Amino acid sequence: MSDKIEHEEKKYLFDEPRNVNRLLRGFYVICIILFILDFILHRHTYHSWEEFPGFYAIYGFVACVLLVLIAKEMRKVLMRKEEYYDVDE
Amino acid sequence: MMWMSDLPPFIPFYLAAIAILLLRGDAWLKLRNIILLATPLLGGLHLWLDVQPLVSMQASDTLVVAKDLSYNVTFFEYQLEFMRVDKLSLLFGYLFHVASFIAIIYALHVRDTLQQVAGLVYAGSALGAVFAGDLITLFIFWEALALSSVFLIWARRSERAINTGIRYLIFQVMSGVLLLAGALIHYHETKSLAFDYIGLDGLSGLLILLAFGIKAAFPFLHNWLTDAYPESTPTGTVFLSAFTTKTAIYALARGFPGEEILVYIGAIMTCFPIFYAVIENDLRRVLAYSMINQIGFMVCGVGIGTALALNGAVAHAFNDVIFKGLLFMTMGAVLHRVGNINGSDLGGLYKSMPKTAILCIVGASSISAFPLFSGFVSKSMVMTAMIQEGYNYLWLMLLFASAGVFHHAGIKIPYFAFFHHDSGIRTQEAPTNMLIAMTIAAVLCIFIGTQPQYLYALLPWEVDYWPYDITHVLAQLQLLFFSALAFVWLNKQGLYPPELHSVNLDAEWFYRKLLPTSSQLVLNVLSLMNTMITNSLVSIRKGFQNGFLIKRLSQFHLADSWPTGSMVFWIGLILGGYLMMDINF
Repeated sequence: MSDKIEHEEKKYLFDEPRNVNRLLRGFYVICIILFILDFILHRHTYHSWEEFPGFYAIYGFVACVLLVLIAKEMRKVLMRKEEYYDVDE
Repeated sequence: MMWMSDLPPFIPFYLAAIAILLLRGDAWLKLRNIILLATPLLGGLHLWLDVQPLVSMQASDTLVVAKDLSYNVTFFEYQLEFMRVDKLSLLFGYLFHVASFIAIIYALHVRDTLQQVAGLVYAGSALGAVFAGDLITLFIFWEALALSSVFLIWARRSERAINTGIRYLIFQVMSGVLLLAGALIHYHETKSLAFDYIGLDGLSGLLILLAFGIKAAFPFLHNWLTDAYPESTPTGTVFLSAFTTKTAIYALARGFPGEEILVYIGAIMTCFPIFYAVIENDLRRVLAYSMINQIGFMVCGVGIGTALALNGAVAHAFNDVIFKGLLFMTMGAVLHRVGNINGSDLGGLYKSMPKTAILCIVGASSISAFPLFSGFVSKSMVMTAMIQEGYNYLWLMLLFASAGVFHHAGIKIPYFAFFHHDSGIRTQEAPTNMLIAMTIAAVLCIFIGTQPQYLYALLPWEVDYWPYDITHVLAQLQLLFFSALAFVWLNKQGLYPPELHSVNLDAEWFYRKLLPTSSQLVLNVLSLMNTMITNSLVSIRKGFQNGFLIKRLSQFHLADSWPTGSMVFWIGLILGGYLMMDINF
């Protein structure tokens, strides 16, 4: 159903590395602003953990890095060939 | 229309299914499509305009249930209650009409009437289950859900899909059997079969919880979902994702609100699937894992059992049907166009399917609970209730899962399908009917996310809650943006695991590998033992024979053959002779 790429094809939005970099730079700026806002705006807190400055930002970052690194380790134990269940031994 | 206000909502769906069955063939195509579209539309309008809950629901501990007993059917002298109307059943009633309407539009190009009939019966059975007022009626629709939905898996008509469907059916039927057993014991214990608060006091409660738990994909009982949903047809999965698990959430909210064990089960459900989702290659299976994660939030809400938490649980079920449906629809559109849904083989599809890509991002933002999208307004209720009730560590688990869901469903799904490196695949935009269905779902996601008061007005329990304040919005944005930052950083460092053709072992290993392999092993050992025992018996016999043959006795005529046979013969003859003599003299 799919056609192979033709080389004279038009350039798309993210074919241009400049656009990707612009997007990333905008993204970094938003991250920095959000982190700074934590010190300016007052958050209501239910629990003392939340009072730690930048709690949600740090937690989100660390959680995702851990998630991916642990999942990568899990692959070593859990990963099998695609036909694993189809083959009778 | 007032005269019809007690018509159970499943009846139009079942009748439509019969009509579709009778109107097969190309000549009836237009009429079939009209019936398909009109059924959920008219049914939903009827429910919205004509059916009112008789009594509003009270706080969480004991549900005061409004009953409309006017539509009962007697079945073996037992009264089946088809139409119990209160705000809880009505909410799911609206939801299932909306979901089936969207799914039917999405599947309108399908010419396979088997799928259409199965889809209608399936949606109707889900409606039957949520309006069921007693456990026997619930059981009937519980099994109808299983039997109708399996055809949506078999409709793919591959050997793989048929095997998967059989495994799916075993789990679903097991759930039904447990429900029936639980219901009968419940009757023995309480002399009532009404489907109200059940609780975990007796054996019946345990069995019924297990029955609901299978359909809600509790840990270790969850693999039917990740097994079957990715194997269905592109359109079938959209139906599947809407009804079974959400019916289970409804049943849990009705039967086991505030049952503390559910908080722990739910927290586990939010966390373990996200690890699998990160390393899974089949993008529809990624969504199946993320579905368990989302159900985990709902199960937590039911387990906490306060009015806020229960509202959060059912509101999240409502939103999840729509945004998870949207995500399954976008992935189904890719599968429909490309014929493949592996992350390892896709990429760069935004070039040929830009509209689908944007709709996918709306779904991804909703499941990630971005402010202004629907997931935010319901998930935050469960999170708030969790920390209000003092489950601090479990709250941290849920926060971890919230970051993780953004990571695998929010970023991974759109990124690997539509962006990433260009796979070179050039295809067409999704068919118009698919685009319409996806657009309706996307508009609903944004509408509920920006105007949550309309959804909140439908929620069963009285609660004053508003999600948009500085605290919630800032905290959520920080969590999500820094999760995304982690994704960017890991990718730049080359630490992000590549998409690989693979399967990952899960609880299903026990019945898909250990059980078949070990039963084969047991058979092998048994047959080995059989040969060994036979051989040794034969040689023992031979040994006796040889020992006998060297004796002088063996020279006599009777010892010519293996002796017992002829011995018995001669003894028989002698005894017979005595008998004759006895008779004669």
